[in-house]
Formats: sequence, C-alpha cells, structure tokens
Amino acid sequence: MIYRETGQFKANYADDQALFPIAQDRYVVIAALIVAFGVVPMVLNQYWLNAIMLPFLIYSLAALGLNILTGYCGQVSLGTGGFMAVGAFAVYKLMVAFPELGFIPLVILSGLITAAVGSLFGLPSLRIKGFYLAVATLASQFFLIWLFNKVGWFFNYNATGMITSPPMTMFGVIITGPEGSPMAKYFLVATIVAVFALVAKNIARGRIGRNWMAIRDMDIAAELIGVRPLIAKLSAFAVSSFYIGMAGALYFAVWLGSAEPTEAFDINQSFLVLFMIIIGGLGSVLGSFLGAGFLVLMPILLKNILVDGFGTDSALAAHIEIMTVGALIIIFLIVEPHGLARLWRIAKEKLRLWPFPY
Amino acid sequence: MKSITKTLVAALLAVPLLGGTVSAYELTIPTLDYRTGPYAPNGIPFANGFSDYLTMLNERDGGINDTKINLVPCETAYNTKRGVECYENTKGQGDSGALVYQPLSTGITYQLIPKSSVDRIPIFSMGYGRTSAANGKVFPWVFNFPATYWSQATVFVQYIADKEGGMDKLKGKKIALVYHNSAYGKEPIRTLESAAAKFGFELMLLPVDHPGQEQKATWLQIRKERPDWVMMWGWGVMNQVAIKEAASIRFPMDHFIGVWWSGSENDVIPAGDKADGYLSGAFHQPGDNFPAHDDIKKHVYDKGKGHGERDRIGEVLYNRGLVAAMWTSEAVRKAMEIHGTNKIKGVHLRDGFEALDVDEARLKELGLPNFTIPVKITCDNHEGPGKVALQQWDAKAKKWSIVSKFYDPLRDITGPLIAEDSAQYAKENNVVPRICN
Repeated sequence: MIYRETGQFKANYADDQALFPIAQDRYVVIAALIVAFGVVPMVLNQYWLNAIMLPFLIYSLAALGLNILTGYCGQVSLGTGGFMAVGAFAVYKLMVAFPELGFIPLVILSGLITAAVGSLFGLPSLRIKGFYLAVATLASQFFLIWLFNKVGWFFNYNATGMITSPPMTMFGVIITGPEGSPMAKYFLVATIVAVFALVAKNIARGRIGRNWMAIRDMDIAAELIGVRPLIAKLSAFAVSSFYIGMAGALYFAVWLGSAEPTEAFDINQSFLVLFMIIIGGLGSVLGSFLGAGFLVLMPILLKNILVDGFGTDSALAAHIEIMTVGALIIIFLIVEPHGLARLWRIAKEKLRLWPFPY
Repeated sequence: MKSITKTLVAALLAVPLLGGTVSAYELTIPTLDYRTGPYAPNGIPFANGFSDYLTMLNERDGGINDTKINLVPCETAYNTKRGVECYENTKGQGDSGALVYQPLSTGITYQLIPKSSVDRIPIFSMGYGRTSAANGKVFPWVFNFPATYWSQATVFVQYIADKEGGMDKLKGKKIALVYHNSAYGKEPIRTLESAAAKFGFELMLLPVDHPGQEQKATWLQIRKERPDWVMMWGWGVMNQVAIKEAASIRFPMDHFIGVWWSGSENDVIPAGDKADGYLSGAFHQPGDNFPAHDDIKKHVYDKGKGHGERDRIGEVLYNRGLVAAMWTSEAVRKAMEIHGTNKIKGVHLRDGFEALDVDEARLKELGLPNFTIPVKITCDNHEGPGKVALQQWDAKAKKWSIVSKFYDPLRDITGPLIAEDSAQYAKENNVVPRICN
C-alpha cells in the first residue's frame, strides 16, 4: 500500500528513463540526502563524524568502485588496497606540488591517475578469468605496495617512508589534516560520495553498464551480440579504479592525515572492501553503502556496547567482536547470499503487497 | 525550528557535564593496549606493567596526591585505524579529559602527533615514534624520553667499537641492519648511514616484511656476506624468527644486537639455549626484585586486581610498562605542583612533562632504586638523557642482565639529523618553532 506505483503514469520518455522511475524511491533518496546533509551534521558529535561517518563514507566509495568492476562487470579483483594506495600517493604528490589547484580537482586528478594504473593492470583480464584474474590483481596489490615502500620519490624521501597530508583549505576552511574541522570534512566527503554514487547509478543503467553486465553474464554471448570485451573490461577497470583512487585519496588526506603504505593499504584492505560488496550485494549501488556500513559500523558498535555498556574487558571484547562479525558474515551469506541489498528488494516487494498479500 | 535544535544541542552537551559533577574528580589516563593481533605477545606484558603500576598507586596511596586515576583501556590490536578510533573515543572522557596518550605504535604515534597540539593532550611516546620529536621547539606536545632510536643506534655503534677495540677499528667492518619494513624499522637507517660515513664501516640493509615470519632469504644473505655484526629493529614474531634463524646459521649471538623492542623473554625463549649471549638495548633493569614490585604484588595481586599473571611480573616488557607509568605519574605530580591544583587537564600535564626531573634519589623514594637512568626534561630537549645500555640473555638462568655501561649517544650525529627532520616537519605543517630560554 505504501510502496505501490499504481497510478504513477509516465507520459513522456524523460519520465520513463528517470533515474528513479518510482516516486517512492525518489522520496527515499531525497530523504536520505536530507538526512545526510541536514540532520547528521547537526546531531552527531566529533567522535561520530571523525571515527565513524568518515570511514563509512570513504569505504562506501571504495566499495562502489569495486562493485562496478566485480558486481557489474564480473571481474574479481584483490587489488583494491593497491589502487587505494595509488590514489593516496597521487594526491600526496599533487598536494605537495600543486597546492593551488584546490582539493577537489586534485582528488579527481588522482582518481584519473589511478584509472590509468587500473586499466594497465586490467589488461590481463582480456586473457584470464575468474580465480586466475584474482591472482593477477593480487600481484598488483603486492607490486604497488612494494613500489611505494621502495622508491623514495613517492614519499618525498621521508626517512620513515610515511606520507603526511599538508593542510589544504576550501572556502577558507581547513579540510585536511588534524586541524580540519570534522564538519567540513564530513560535508566534503559526503558531497563527493553522493555525486559519484549518482554518477555510478547512471553509468550502470546506461549503455556502458549494460555492456559490463553482458560481459559479466556470459562474455562469449556478449561478444557475439557486438559488445567489445576490450573496451568493456578496460572501461570497467578504469571507472572502478577511478572511484577506488578517489576513495584512497580521501582515506589518506581527509581521514587518516598520514599513512605508511605497508599498513594502511595492505592486503586486508582489499579483502575488507571485497567483503563489503559481497555482504552488501554484488551489482548494486545501495549494496555498496550497506556493506560498508555493516563492516565499518558493526565492529565499533559491538565494541562500544560491550566495553561501555557491559564493562567487558577490552581485550575480551576485541575477541568477541572478531567472532561475532565473522559469525554474522556467515549467517548473512547463508540466509541471504545476494547480500543486504537483496533484503531491501524483498522488503520492497512485501511493502508493495502490504497489507493484502496474496 | 532553529531554536529547537539549539536547545536540543545544548541539552545534549549539558548531559555529560551534569553527570560529571556527581562523582569525584578523577585523572583519566587512556591506555591504548594491544592484547590481540600479531603483536599481542609483546603488547600484553607492557599493558600489564603500565596498568598494574597505576592501579597500585590507586590502591596504596589513593591515586596521585589523593586523586584517583581512572584507567580507560582501549584495544588497538597494533592497528593504526583502530588506534585513531580509540583516541577519538577516549579523548573527551571524564572531567579531566584524556590526560596523556601512550600510542605504543609508531603508526599511531605519527597519527596522533599533529592531533596532540590541536586537542592539547600530550603524547608520551617513550623511546619510540618520531625521533625528531626530541626537538621540543617544534614538537611542544610530544615527549620521547629517555632515549630515541637514533641515540640507540649510535650507542650500538659505540658498543661495537668498544668490543672491536676503538672507534678507529670500525673502518672496513661490515654491519647489517635487519629491520621491520615499516616506519618503525626504517627509523635508524639515516643515523646508521651517517655513522657509516663517519667511521668507515659498511652498512648492509635487510628489510623484513610484516609480520616477519619469513626470513630465510634474509639470513641466507647474512650467511653469504658474513657481516661482523648484525643489528635488528624487529617487533613481535619477527624477533623470535630472526633469533632462531641466526642460531640456525650459527651466527655468533654476542654479535647480534636487537633494539629494545627486540629484547624480551618472549623473543629469546623459543630459540632455547642457542639464544644464549644475544644482546639488546635497554634503559631499565629487568627483574622483580624492587620494592615497587613488592607493592604491586601486595596491593594489586593480593587483592585480585592484577591485570596479568603474577609470575610474569618483572619481565622486560612488564618493567617497560611500569617505567612508563612511573614517569607518567611523576609528570602528573609535577603538573599538580606547578599549577597548584589536583584538577589538572592535558594542557597542565604537558607542563608537568616539560619540568619532569626524576633523579636517583626520587627513584629510591618510589621504590625503584637504580631501576633506570635519571631523567630531566627541558623545553627544547624532549628526549632527556638519551643514554642506553646493553643487556644480554643468559639462556641457562633464563634471565636478562645489563652488561654494559650506559653510553651517551653520539649527539654530533643525531643532533643535525633531528634539526633537519624537525625543520622539514615544521615547514610542511606550517609550525613556527617556539623560543626556549
């Protein structure tokens, strides 16, 4: 009853091709945006903004990127951590060399650099598939981290190999490093994530996205109907790496402020983002957000409940947290192998029939 | 609408303030422990020593100057992101707010250094973290006494020279550095490179990737190149593996020196008798035969409030946690004295650290005679004495003991490096060095 499109007539092509053709979807998205930009910064304190919302949004962007490659185009990648490192080191070098360009152009530029690197590492995907491709991207993960740890030019010959983001301002407000206000950082990241989530949604339903999905579902058939695998696969690698590179740039410059390649971008990052899209839902923009939310919020929530709520010993709480998150992942995968996004779709179906299911 | 939100925000802000006035003023000291993860075997004894000493002060003396200490543990698993989350979570707790942070990992320290001056909470990175933070003019909020990695590296060079028969004998010698391939492990490289240029020895760099379980290739190279001495900047499981590998290629243990994070019972016991004679840096005594340890057993463990196992009191890393807690509590005392109030905050404690002066007489009063070196901090020198000794493992007695004098660092090597590195930090982050008089 609540969620029913009966009576919503589309009188022209523009309406029919709208991003969210059903009015209720539109309202939900608008409401989410109002909450994200109007309510969240008003009610959340510094701890929530800094320690929870920023990583949630940044990981959402990374998950969105990987979802484009793995969820939409069907190419498994374990190189996310390495590509995030490319974005981070690119933005670092750019911030030091051209601070006058402004922060957002630099983030986009570092996304483009990552896209170039990603396409390069995407080349093997034309020949190899599935697990073998995963191994090839795994190699890129190790190679990139090794490179950034080894070659002094990338970290400006710092004695310890760490990169530290210099303070950057936007509209006179500091947005990187520790002096940046959490509110400004949140607005910046939320804006970038919102804009590029809409872009992703648009790409995915258009010609390019359909090409990707054709390749994902059956590449030989796709080739026969005229999809060019070279273009489709490489564009997926490029767009995906563009998103992941931007996420890496924000992760380093806005959230962490300083990073060392071996720890901040290690293989665990790649797995974490992969788990996010598997739990959230492959091939779904919403799923990227849900997965990131699940894996970023759940451990912190559990920790806070156990330590602050029940006064559990902090080490014991850490062990319980590892076990619970692991168990929850398994439960979710058994109960709903298509991810959290699928649960949302089922809920929508139910709502459509409610209160008179047949 | 706007006024409603304002009232709501005001109400939310007022809640913790109202809650706080009921209880007595407590000194909130968060501990960023890591009792889980790959480095837990080393993190646990340190965390126990630190927490036990402060609990002992609470139980025996009712805190510091009758003000209770409120320990707030937060588990980091030695992971930088979790460490930052812990910092954000704990920095505002209690009436005092977090007084001081012991980040306990080079990665977390680097994250917290720029935050410390913004949030006005001092960082006490005892002998680790960013070495150039020794320059108090650029880093007023960071303290890394009693000695830095760079000082330690020069002390090792001096020890080697002593064993070889003089500084001039270093010429032509080959020294290898086996290091954890991270910011932490890379710290001593520049110092050793300067020393190598100055004294004419050859430096061999051998990185080991996290977590350090795989070192076959590293030690094969050592076997092939036969360096005269090996130094190690390792942590966690890497130490045990390195010592075992060294034993298996029959590298002489008394020519193998670990940094002070590579010299605890955990590191040498797995190698058994073969680890006998292994050396490491130290700035405090091992063992539990000090009056302070007796007090911990009596006031903490007898009441069942101990954080660890009773028979592990006095291990090297336990004592390191203890000495960190001792210096922290002394700084709190000093801050109370300077500001004439027991209700200190982080900003006051910074002054306490900067005026810290724990000499031998004071150590005796604290029940830790000859336990460590006297420390005196000044406005421009946050490293303090910088003295380091070497301790050696006796595999039969299963005991560490200090076997050398406390060497002074070669300040003519470390000084210019500290000045250069801190100047670079100041330039990159628009810090204007303060004037110390």
